[in-house]
Amino acid sequence: MYDFDIVVVGGGPAGLAAAIEAKNNGVDRILVIERDRELGGILQQCIHNGFGLQIFKEELTGPEYAERFILELQKKEIMYKTDTMAIHVSPDKLVTIMNAAEGISHIRAKAVILAMGCRERARGAINISGTRPAGVMTAGAAQRFVNMEGYMVGKEVVIFGSGDIGLIMARRMALEGAAVKMVVERKPYSAGLTRNIVQCLEDYDIPINYTHTIVGIKGRERLEGVVISKVDSKKRPIAGTEEFVSCDTLLLSVGLIPENELSEAAGVKLDPVTGGAVVNEAMETSVEGIFACGNVLHVHDLVDYVTLESRKAGKNAARYVKGLLEGEGTIIEIRAGSGIRYVVPHFVRLENLKDELELYMRCDDIYNDKKLIVKIDGKSVKEVYKRRLMPSEMERVKLDPKEVLRKAKGSITVEIEKEVQ
Amino acid sequence: MYDVAIIGAGIAGCSIARELAKYRLSTVLIEKDYDVANGTTKANSAIVHAGYDAKPGSLKAKFNALGNPMFDSLCRDLDVPFKRIGSLVLAFNQEEVATLEKLKDQSIINGIPGVKLLNREEVRSIEPNVSDAAAGALYAPTGGIVGPWELAIAMAENAAENGVQVLLESPVTGIVKTQQGFRINMKGKTLEAKYIVNCAGIHADEVHDMVGEPYFRILARKGEYDVFDKSAGKLVSHVIFQCPNEKGKGVLVTPSVSGNLLIGPNAQDMDDRNDLSTTAEGLDFVRKSAAKSLKALPSGAVINNFAGLRARSDRDDFIIEESRSAEGFINVAGIESPGLTAAPAIAVHVAELLGEKIGGLVPNPDFNPHRTFTVFHELQDEEKNELVKKDSRYGRIICRCEWITEGEIIDCIKRKVGATTVDGVKRRVRPGYGRCQGGFCGPRVMEILARELGKDITEIRKDAEGSYILTGETKTVRLNDGGGSDV
Repeated sequence: MYDFDIVVVGGGPAGLAAAIEAKNNGVDRILVIERDRELGGILQQCIHNGFGLQIFKEELTGPEYAERFILELQKKEIMYKTDTMAIHVSPDKLVTIMNAAEGISHIRAKAVILAMGCRERARGAINISGTRPAGVMTAGAAQRFVNMEGYMVGKEVVIFGSGDIGLIMARRMALEGAAVKMVVERKPYSAGLTRNIVQCLEDYDIPINYTHTIVGIKGRERLEGVVISKVDSKKRPIAGTEEFVSCDTLLLSVGLIPENELSEAAGVKLDPVTGGAVVNEAMETSVEGIFACGNVLHVHDLVDYVTLESRKAGKNAARYVKGLLEGEGTIIEIRAGSGIRYVVPHFVRLENLKDELELYMRCDDIYNDKKLIVKIDGKSVKEVYKRRLMPSEMERVKLDPKEVLRKAKGSITVEIEKEVQ
Repeated sequence: MYDVAIIGAGIAGCSIARELAKYRLSTVLIEKDYDVANGTTKANSAIVHAGYDAKPGSLKAKFNALGNPMFDSLCRDLDVPFKRIGSLVLAFNQEEVATLEKLKDQSIINGIPGVKLLNREEVRSIEPNVSDAAAGALYAPTGGIVGPWELAIAMAENAAENGVQVLLESPVTGIVKTQQGFRINMKGKTLEAKYIVNCAGIHADEVHDMVGEPYFRILARKGEYDVFDKSAGKLVSHVIFQCPNEKGKGVLVTPSVSGNLLIGPNAQDMDDRNDLSTTAEGLDFVRKSAAKSLKALPSGAVINNFAGLRARSDRDDFIIEESRSAEGFINVAGIESPGLTAAPAIAVHVAELLGEKIGGLVPNPDFNPHRTFTVFHELQDEEKNELVKKDSRYGRIICRCEWITEGEIIDCIKRKVGATTVDGVKRRVRPGYGRCQGGFCGPRVMEILARELGKDITEIRKDAEGSYILTGETKTVRLNDGGGSDV
């Protein structure tokens, strides 16, 4: 049995930033648990650039971005264990871990930060019928093979879904000499960042077929092709629009799911919309002293936002350990209003609101020339004009704590301005 | 010259191979595919049927009733997952309630213990998530669920441990009757055997007709299934059937031994015996039918779909007999449902048939019925630590979803009739069956396979020949940084 002040589950960008920030806030006994062979999480396989524009004001690759945090962690002498799996977190913050060197050990923690990240939705989840040949895999698995192991996964590629990993892999496969035939997207707009549509598809003449889906997978041993079909406004395939596209590889980029199995075992309440924990202004979950940040909380588009959010979790976990976090007081609910899918955090305890209140959110459709409106107890307190709002791009709104403190009684709502009749 | 050659290493062939290992016989088990349990055995409902629904007097009824009680000790001996959870047949109207009464009477004729009728409230109290429309049910306490390929693999392995030869990737291309028995030609090799047991599943008629006059046909009838995440695995606690109809036992909803929820199958007669594709229409039918049994189907929790082919004989029953035209050639054909349940009893019967032909079988005094299989995450903490101390590879988790360790993966490759492919590993120790469907662990499993089999990682296949996963190295020049693979 070990004793630590804070155990951070996951050594990706979220866990690293949270651990460092907790240390910066005066907590010394911190342990980071990482299941992979090295720290850095999924960033290690993201060898493209585009990371760090917000945090470092420069463009870094994934491994470079991770390295800055890993070096910082080491400089601050924060302890970590790689090749180690956290297999259980109990509601009273007993963390069970396992690795090859020590077998199973238990750690009693004063606070736990959940930073396990997310996983990709697989073929089963989107339920494409057909055969089960080799050559169908998630874009992330392909990315690992190509970028970390040095092997190609195919020659003629179709990508299903326009999530960012899929778009990045379209470019990566093209650069490696594969024929990338198309990206197939069920919605009329991309699930990935606009900059990735431009830099990964348009720059390489890779077409994207919006409002199309894949209805069939052909081939017995290795994939021989897919059947694509147009979809109607409810995303149902339209009979008679089927078209066969030959390919030996289908990469899936159809969504990410926060990995919350440990959180559930710990009794943490989840939000069915985000798939992550319900948290307060301190990034604390429904279980006192258990915090969550990064993609395990909600799927982010930019790692920079993961870092910012995770610092907040780290700082508040430190406050909690030192007994500086108020458990009681006025609780204000934060609601997703019209046009908004979700807002994180889910509620705020006014007594703890020292810094500005940052709200992260995603909208439910594409909106042009609209205002994001924040209302406190039904009255508008902030309006931000947006030229374009897209579900693929996370929005962030900051509120002045004084204003929130002074006005809030029941709830804060974020909504998109309705059409003027 | 072998005494017995078994053709086909599905549940029937593997059961018979293990049964024959109990006697002083030289036996060979011949399989066309890269692995055992690779046909119907890997894609079915995984049910140990109680046996009330088979037509009285049929071989199905006989071997179902005999096979069912064998599972407890068989699965204990072989360390195979089996749960006798009981089954319910739901009735949604008075006509179906009458059918249940008929089935109950039939259970008495078939010799099935404990079958009883439940009223609406009784159904509700034991299965709260079953549809409110269910007017009653037939309860059979001896129904159960099993790991079908786990069982077949365990039996093949145990047979091999006890001296049976197992030949994989050996499709039979021709059979010649000789004076002493048969010569069996396979791709690239040949062997002789005094007796043949034909367990070739959907190809049983083709194999028989290589040496005998055609006298039965096998029809391939496809069934499609959806598998749900473990979050839905506790929705029901019994096997939930609907009233049987002319196409089979209808769509069922059941927990699986791995803790998932399984729904299916439909029934589609096929011309193509190789067509294992699922269809949108088929899966749609399965979902709509399964939804009828439940208050609601769990939404968004499907992690997989698959299809299997039932080997249905034109006799509408199992065919377990010596060929009418080829002496010493025993057909075990048309082993569709309840074939999995019946297989251990069929094996005993086939040993008896062979005993009669041979003039008595001599028991093998060295036969060891046991086969142990460690599922790491099911161990107690102290046992886990002991194992990790002995072999640190048990401390390294490769599959995050199902918590499968490197030690278990290596073990399943190194065993007799061990895994040689990604799917082979998946079927033995389950990495890739979880929520991520192999997204995280796939590359690691390939790495371990390559290392343990002494192959290059590009040679590691998903399953059959031609199912390559990697197409070569990337263009990038890799520097020798001391890690990763060779430059």
